[in-house]
Amino acid sequence: MNNTYAVSASPHLHDRISVSSVMWKVVIALVPALIASVYFFGIQALLLTVYGVIAAVVTEAAIQKLRKQEVSIADGSAVVTGMLVSFNLNVASPWWLPVVGSVFAIAIGKQLFGGLGHNPFNPALLARAFLVASWPTLTTAQFTPTIRGIAGPSISGLGRESLRNLASLGNLDSITGATPLTAIKALRDASQVSPDIAEKVMFELTRWETISNLFWGNIGGVIGEVSAAALLIGAAYLVYKHIIEWHIPVSYIGTVFVLSYLFGGLNGFASGPYTLGVFHVLSGGLMLGAFFMATDMVTSPVTKRGRLIFGIGCGVLTVVIRLVGGYPEGVSYSILLMNIAVPLIDRYTVPKAFGEVKK
Amino acid sequence: MGLKTFPGGVHPHDSKEYSKGASIEELPIPKKVVIPLSQHIGAPAKPIVNVGDEVVTGQKIAEPGGFVSIPMHASITGKVTKIAKFPHPTGTMQMAIEITGSDEEKWIDLIDDQNYASLPPEEIKQRIADAGICGMGGAGFPTHVKLSPPKDNPIDTVLINGVECEPYLTADYRLMLERPSDIVAGLKLFMKVVNAKQGIIGIEANKPDAIKIMRDAVKGESNIKVEGLKIKYPQGAEKQLIYAATKRKVPNKGGLPMAVGVVVQNVGTAIAAYEAVRYKRPLIERIITVSGRIVQNPKNIKARIGTQFQELLDFAGGVKEDIGKIISGGPMMGISIPTLESPMGKGSSGLLLFDQKEAKKDAEHTCLRCGRCVDICPLNLIPSMIARSVKYSDWETAEKAGVMDCMKCGSCAFVCPSHIKLIQWIDIGKAKIFELRKAKK
Repeated sequence: MNNTYAVSASPHLHDRISVSSVMWKVVIALVPALIASVYFFGIQALLLTVYGVIAAVVTEAAIQKLRKQEVSIADGSAVVTGMLVSFNLNVASPWWLPVVGSVFAIAIGKQLFGGLGHNPFNPALLARAFLVASWPTLTTAQFTPTIRGIAGPSISGLGRESLRNLASLGNLDSITGATPLTAIKALRDASQVSPDIAEKVMFELTRWETISNLFWGNIGGVIGEVSAAALLIGAAYLVYKHIIEWHIPVSYIGTVFVLSYLFGGLNGFASGPYTLGVFHVLSGGLMLGAFFMATDMVTSPVTKRGRLIFGIGCGVLTVVIRLVGGYPEGVSYSILLMNIAVPLIDRYTVPKAFGEVKK
Repeated sequence: MGLKTFPGGVHPHDSKEYSKGASIEELPIPKKVVIPLSQHIGAPAKPIVNVGDEVVTGQKIAEPGGFVSIPMHASITGKVTKIAKFPHPTGTMQMAIEITGSDEEKWIDLIDDQNYASLPPEEIKQRIADAGICGMGGAGFPTHVKLSPPKDNPIDTVLINGVECEPYLTADYRLMLERPSDIVAGLKLFMKVVNAKQGIIGIEANKPDAIKIMRDAVKGESNIKVEGLKIKYPQGAEKQLIYAATKRKVPNKGGLPMAVGVVVQNVGTAIAAYEAVRYKRPLIERIITVSGRIVQNPKNIKARIGTQFQELLDFAGGVKEDIGKIISGGPMMGISIPTLESPMGKGSSGLLLFDQKEAKKDAEHTCLRCGRCVDICPLNLIPSMIARSVKYSDWETAEKAGVMDCMKCGSCAFVCPSHIKLIQWIDIGKAKIFELRKAKK
């Protein structure tokens, strides 16, 4: 019998959880969205995702080798980043776009700061910002309709007449390629010219049929955000497994829902249709962002109160960018902006200790 | 069902199945005992015997080293053979008195005071102090000190801790099943000493039979109730138990239960107090759970203080596989010790044996900032921030983050996906800040 025994600090029990079990659960949670994407966009969605993942994993391994660190690609965190980078791209992107994005995300966004746990920004979002700035036409101008396009001729789900109406309002040359968010943005500009037509199109964008298509995913967008339903399945899994908590997604989505209804109408305060809030929640990258990017534990606050503040901040910024900013979509920038506010939020949300004595 | 509890906490598997069915068995009187002079919080006891002296069971062999201290008594009959440093249940080497037993057991004279319940409070407290009783749940605070609040600090509640939230341990559970009336007798003595108007016995809901038996035992006692508490670790921590049972929050920064009018005593302590007051019987034995997957016959053993762990393990049939880790106490807050030669002390509630695999600890990973430790900390601290500031020797931030408030329940380290040894960092922080505070004075 051996005579040396392990000696360590307590506790001597540990929950069955590790960094890799957390990361692989996130990968699993992203799978429904990937399946939905393949269903709506075809196999190219899967291929682009695979390119992104491979590039992320190889970059991580190479840098860790270079820095003579233990190679930790088995923990799944690079896989998550690679998936998220690709998920932010249009399915018509060239093969090298997710590759460049993933290399940037891992090399600059993550390893440059010291690796997992040290990065101030969500690496995938940082990569998206980089790609949007470098190749604006590839990343934002063109969008691809789904291959199951039953919702009308355009990817925004608008019928022919509305499109013609919208186009007649001027300056909207490629309206058939518009996402719902670019359409609604154009509408706000156009309502100055022809309020009647704008009102009509607004009605069409926010009617339940469009909302339902947005929910199930039958309206164009980038790879990962096509189906809100699929994203919700994955998110429910993460909440059930306690990988993410409800605070950030609920406060984020709730804020967007309320503010976009209140300020998103064409004729001033609370003038939009009642479904306008729902439209904004289901459009663009909000579902993907709120459940999978804003909740990135490394770049979000550690306390519950801090997470609520963080989520509300993301929501306010998103609505501001969508309604008055220069871009149709603001999810990624708003999360990045809130990422840098995290140390500040953490500092001011230290919870009151149990039995805190008043001084 | 709305069982009472506290905010935060974790749910480790309770692993009590190994030993909970085993009735308390008495270990034959050991041939040798090693009685540490420090088995409690406060000053170590001072020996009043010399090497070569003959002692009988129950004889005082060391006197208290101050008010916050307790005397020690011979737990067997025999001869004092050494007064030196020995392995201690905390894993260190500390001064202890070794007694080598003779063939025949002789006791000091005990009494049976039929009127024990009507003794004046001061006399009850004196008998408890003379018997060398300290908290038997683990921390080991001298019992008579707990029963001595300042005059201007009224106590209205005595809380008996029958929670036993540490996995594996079943010693208190067996006591509740087997000696319920003695526990109630002890509780009533405590209530009398501090003039409390109510007594509460808190038991975790995973022990329904104990709850039922204790409820039967307090039938007819209008001012004593049994409270079933939610199954959650650390439900048995003093502040958490008080909050669950009374909704009162013990102040942080060194606040004591008496500040909210409560005194907490463990079930084992209640029985020891009852025996001390009625029979003037000193504390020379206790119940200890010997358990673990690899233990042949996990048991709850009544053994003399100072019995070596090896002897307890032999009594439980030894081990089925190689031992990887020896734990004195429970698996969450217990101390891993290097040798089975250590003796058991008055606070030894368990002896756990882990196999090689259970003993293995994963390497530390960088903090992911996931916030799990913050979500579950029963004291509302930010363990990750404490660990990080200690790591970078930022003592000021560590102190601000509440390192000195931490009770080291281990919940944070239990849930950490990065396997950060939070309690180890917190220990280092506590030690360093103590040192700095001392240097300042």
